[in-house]
Amino acid sequence: MTSNIVLVILITSFATFLSRFLGVLSSENIKETSKIFRWFNCLAYSTLAALIARIVIFPSGLLSEVDYFVRIIVVILSIGLFFITKKNLVYPTIFSAIILSLFNSYL
Amino acid sequence: MIDSKYFLKGFASIRGVRSPAIALGASFIAIGALLKNIGFTIQESIFSTFLTYALPGSLVMAESMIIGASLINIFIAVWLVNARLYPMTVSLMPLLMHKSQPKWKYYLSCHFIAVSSWLIMKDNYEQINKESRIDFWIGIGVATWSVAIFSTVIGYLASDFLNEDVLIGLAIINPIYFTCMMVGAMKTIKISLSIILGTILGPAFYFVSPEWCILFGGITAGTVAFLIGEINDK
Repeated sequence: MTSNIVLVILITSFATFLSRFLGVLSSENIKETSKIFRWFNCLAYSTLAALIARIVIFPSGLLSEVDYFVRIIVVILSIGLFFITKKNLVYPTIFSAIILSLFNSYL
Repeated sequence: MIDSKYFLKGFASIRGVRSPAIALGASFIAIGALLKNIGFTIQESIFSTFLTYALPGSLVMAESMIIGASLINIFIAVWLVNARLYPMTVSLMPLLMHKSQPKWKYYLSCHFIAVSSWLIMKDNYEQINKESRIDFWIGIGVATWSVAIFSTVIGYLASDFLNEDVLIGLAIINPIYFTCMMVGAMKTIKISLSIILGTILGPAFYFVSPEWCILFGGITAGTVAFLIGEINDK
């Protein structure tokens, strides 16, 4: 275990705030109609998608104990429910938690 | 200073059928329980969510501590997983900037940039006039940040009652919420391509480097999507 918890928290928050801070600094010279803004917009959505796909396909921690196939099925069913409920976000999220717990207990 | 009408309007985004509260709550309850299990006090857990407020960063911090990583390694690992906040900030702040607003608002409120708040703002900014967007954004930020801190406390206190099945259920909620939000955001060719290519390339680059896969995969996917989109728009 790393010993000094407060120091670790400060380092973690600094490493996180750095990207946010530099982002605002760069934004001062970027117009929303510019090419570079449009490029960064694509980068933001693509890195987010990469992050989420990584969490689902190569999870760390508890999710990695669930079978790969089960995780994919839950994601597909939840997206289906999202569209069926006219883009309600509450139903698919609650549904996914219940069904994953059930699959994990009984499969 | 801050226009309360727009602040409250932003704050109200945690209610309703598109609310991020359940997803945020579930994941920070899990974080609270995790931090307790690795030996944090309740004050340290609150302090951690208060200051970091970025889920993958907190997870990486916890994992690094368990394996006894050095401070510099923790810094690099957290920076890498949270570097996505840079393009997210650059693609959000120019939409909120207005010359009548003081700069400190932007530099302080950038702390609230996280996936859920960002997606909500991207979804709603067009309905708010440009001058008031920053106040609306601060409302969203304070609301989502408060849910995160409150849930960390709940998770910490409830950790003895959370068995593995419950924690696994909590762990899937956030990725599902983000996936649905992203699918809902696919309104133009550029954004759709960015999301689809990112979903494929992120995990694909995992085989090259697990640490750099999000950045490499994301940058490649976003750049290809941008170029195709630009050609298509002409």
